[in-house]
Amino acid sequence: MSIVTVQLGQCGNQIGQELFDVISKDCHNAQGQSNKTETEAYRACSQERFFSEDHGKDTPSARAVLVDMEPKVISQAIATAAKSGIWKYGEQSFFCQKQGSGNNWANGFCVHGPRHERDIMNLVRRQVEKCDRLSGFFTMMSLAGGTGSGLGTYMTQCLRDTYPHSFILNQVTWPYGTGEVIVQNYNSVLTLSHLYQSSDAILVHENDTVHKICAQLMNIKQISFKDVNKVIAHQLGSVLQPVCTSDGTAEYKRNPLGDLMETMVCHPEFKLLGLRNIPQMSDTALAYSAFTWPGLLKHLRQMLIAHAKMEEGIDWQVRPPLPGLPAVEKFTGNKESRFNTSLSNLLILRGKDVQSADQGAFADPALYTSWRPPGSSITTWRTPIAFNRYEKLATLVSNSQLLLKPLDSIVGRAWNMFASRAYVHQYIKYGISEGDFLDSFTALEQVISSYSNL
Amino acid sequence: MTQSIVVQVGQCGNQVGCRFWDLALREHSSINKKGIYDDALSSFFRNVDTRAGDEDCSGLSGKKIQSLKARAVLIDMEEGVVNEMLKGPLGELFDSKQFITDVSGSGNNWAVGHKVYGSTYREQIVECLRKAAEQCDCLQCFFLIHSMGGGTGSGLGTLVLNILKDEFPEVYRIVTSVYPSAEDDVITSPYNSVLAMRELTEYADCVLPIENQALVDIANKIKLMSHSGKVGAIKQETAIISGQGGVSVQEKPFDAMNNIVANLLLSLTSSARFEGSLNMDLNEITMNLVPFPRLHYLVSSLTPLYTLADVNIPSRRLDQMFSDAFSKDHQLIHANPKHGLYLACALMVRGNVQVSDLRRNIERLKPSLSFVSWNQEGWKTGLCSIPPVGHSHSLLALANNTCVKPTFMELKERFMKLYKKKAHLHHYLDVDGMEQECFTEAVSSLSSLIQEYDQLDATKRLIMEDAPRLNIAV
Ligand SMILES: Nc1nc2c(ncn2[C@@H]2O[C@H](COP(=O)(O)OP(=O)(O)OP(=O)(O)O)[C@@H](O)[C@H]2O)c(=O)[nH]1
Ligand SMILES: Nc1nc2c(ncn2[C@@H]2O[C@H](COP(=O)(O)OP(=O)(O)O)[C@@H](O)[C@H]2O)c(=O)[nH]1
Ligand SMILES: [Mg+2]
Repeated sequence: MSIVTVQLGQCGNQIGQELFDVISKDCHNAQGQSNKTETEAYRACSQERFFSEDHGKDTPSARAVLVDMEPKVISQAIATAAKSGIWKYGEQSFFCQKQGSGNNWANGFCVHGPRHERDIMNLVRRQVEKCDRLSGFFTMMSLAGGTGSGLGTYMTQCLRDTYPHSFILNQVTWPYGTGEVIVQNYNSVLTLSHLYQSSDAILVHENDTVHKICAQLMNIKQISFKDVNKVIAHQLGSVLQPVCTSDGTAEYKRNPLGDLMETMVCHPEFKLLGLRNIPQMSDTALAYSAFTWPGLLKHLRQMLIAHAKMEEGIDWQVRPPLPGLPAVEKFTGNKESRFNTSLSNLLILRGKDVQSADQGAFADPALYTSWRPPGSSITTWRTPIAFNRYEKLATLVSNSQLLLKPLDSIVGRAWNMFASRAYVHQYIKYGISEGDFLDSFTALEQVISSYSNL
Repeated sequence: MTQSIVVQVGQCGNQVGCRFWDLALREHSSINKKGIYDDALSSFFRNVDTRAGDEDCSGLSGKKIQSLKARAVLIDMEEGVVNEMLKGPLGELFDSKQFITDVSGSGNNWAVGHKVYGSTYREQIVECLRKAAEQCDCLQCFFLIHSMGGGTGSGLGTLVLNILKDEFPEVYRIVTSVYPSAEDDVITSPYNSVLAMRELTEYADCVLPIENQALVDIANKIKLMSHSGKVGAIKQETAIISGQGGVSVQEKPFDAMNNIVANLLLSLTSSARFEGSLNMDLNEITMNLVPFPRLHYLVSSLTPLYTLADVNIPSRRLDQMFSDAFSKDHQLIHANPKHGLYLACALMVRGNVQVSDLRRNIERLKPSLSFVSWNQEGWKTGLCSIPPVGHSHSLLALANNTCVKPTFMELKERFMKLYKKKAHLHHYLDVDGMEQECFTEAVSSLSSLIQEYDQLDATKRLIMEDAPRLNIAV
């Protein structure tokens, strides 16, 4: 089945371009591997999922719609893709205007959204018509800007209205905590609260986390957005590339977004997904490393329960609470070292000897909130095909309290600013009211409260 | 891509403007080697085919450069400066429909500029602005350049600001205002400045105040450095006071200072013109830096001031560039941001600088700066990949900081000194439409602005509690 990707704003377009790049290259590399039928099935499935081929021998075009309110980023993305020689963007599959939304969510949502809805939805429809079978939509955007966040939110609502039966997965890039857009917390609050209504699941990448991964695991000295984006693209690829939901090659053909939602989002109050993967390292280090599945999974499990965002600096002291202890005990303790309670986890394993890997450690009921029926919370998908040159790679998609702290911090900061009404006039100018702000705050406090009480 | 129009008013405005156009051409020609009219050029220049009867071919991006025309409106009530500019090598950039001049000047009297010439030339100014606006397919911003101390720039310049607000309410108005220094030769400059301030506070989207004394200090510092020869020779064209590599040969008295202001405008607009991994468009400036409409005065600093010629001497560390941007002797007004309270701060970086350099420096500098309680992480960042001519990297810092307050207080003091004695007042009150109230209202507008900064300053040493969060019934 196919996925139509919508890339919005500078961030969405820059990450989207890296994502298609990594997927394309992964498919090329996959060809060299041993089991021919298996790799062929993998490759074919990935191609169908992400690319369309107009004239057979042409380079494949990404099933993507590029949207930005200014032209510079999109023209770069299209040019970079064309230069790769192995994939490209569709000729008329982009929409841009002359000036950006100026980091103003209301400008993107209330002005650009309604004004350009028709044109953008037409581009989307054209991509949809090229799909034999549509799994759904994957949108990429930042929370902090104006176009990705405001217009992205608006377009997600349009997709929901026009394609009520398709799945929508929103990938959002969380701004650096130390600040890079001054109204980032307002824009994030407005985006998340609205997405919560129209999206099926929100997959989060925190720039701070990825930045740390680049510094500490990839050993990059001067980190650029390109470096950050490559890591994000790698993580996304490791989730979105074909994988068997049960044994047997035929299973590559399942509905990728539908399967993801079914395993991860069991309740509409809980839609925030975090990603962890292991190993993650520079190409040179990778060449000299060997891993075992039990070792990888042991680390990954501890990363999950101890709120660790990457392999380095895991707190090994954190343990699941003993059964029978009252739930309150879990969140009275010091916030940092608190145990992370999960709702559901998805383990995606790729590479050598993958059948030998044992998910057992993730099945422990102590890891999950008590109201989940035992055994339903962990799912494992596997493929023997290695991803992006990693001989073994484990990715964990987690619906848990991992994002509680970042969310609480964004809402808290936005609320503080709102108390002084700073910058609010800039939003009112484009048609949202203080009441709209309050509604968004209320909606997110509800989400925070739900996740806290897991 | 969007376009901007520069409106230069008065002697100062036109002299600074002249330096801006020279350096803008220098910058574009160093990047645009093929002579193709591209989007970046289109933001400040039109492409006109002079052989085909001045046919405008700006709409055709990717066409060869024919003859470039500046998107500018030149206004002066004396013809000297504008005429000289037209005769010089930059003359070709302008045509006769782009300027409005008179012969007698405003006599350093705000009222003459604002009221007398204001009413005489209003129609003509509107006409001229409309014409320039029609030649843009997406006009984003007006840059008004003027001085506060004289009569034309200060008086007529702020009238132009009024006109812009009425005629083009959707287009941003960013004003570069040159403030007089304490020993300015214009005796009435405190009157003119305070009268102009009120208009700036009411009608500008944001103001970049520039103090002449600060420019002089920076220029002297660079000259000293280039003569001392201690650290090795400065690569001349990279100094922010230098016009080397531009088309103007002769150096005029204010040129060194005006080049600094021209560089400020080039950096401010770089990310709107050129690509980068984190663009900062012009409409993001006010959105990020102006939390309350009236508090829109931004203190700016440009670093580095120059680069060294000898490549064997390790270029001053990148981090030094960030540190300097916060030191008081790099600010374009006399102010110390480290003693003030930040409402917001933008770092616009050009060249070979990446997001990790930004993050590292923000974390490093943060402890030495105070931010208002509700905006503790009040940073805006932009990364443009094209550095200024001759540099590998550069930084423009814009601070919405209460440290502008002393400048305004001094100005008010100087105003009061004259006003108490009623010195020169009759020159103003004789002008038609100029009432005593103009003075009292202007000074009370300034007082209340100062008071607003005071109130923010007062929160500086308080520990502010977080606002109590909304309660959700479980
Ligand atoms: N990881 C990552 N983050 C990015 C990238 N580009 C921008 N961002 C983040 O996105 C946020 C800024 O939003 P943008 O995507 O630039 O804004 P936009 O959607 O284009 O909206 P406007 O420019 O306001 O019209 C900040 O948090 C940036 O750190 C990128 O390439 N990678
Ligand atoms: N930085 C700078 N300041 C100038 C320049 N020309 C005049 N000034 C300042 O501008 C003020 C006088 O205003 P001026 O522009 O000459 O008067 P106007 O023509 O009536 O607007 C004084 O404070 C001067 O120091 C210049 O080229 N550069
Ligand atoms: Mg943008």
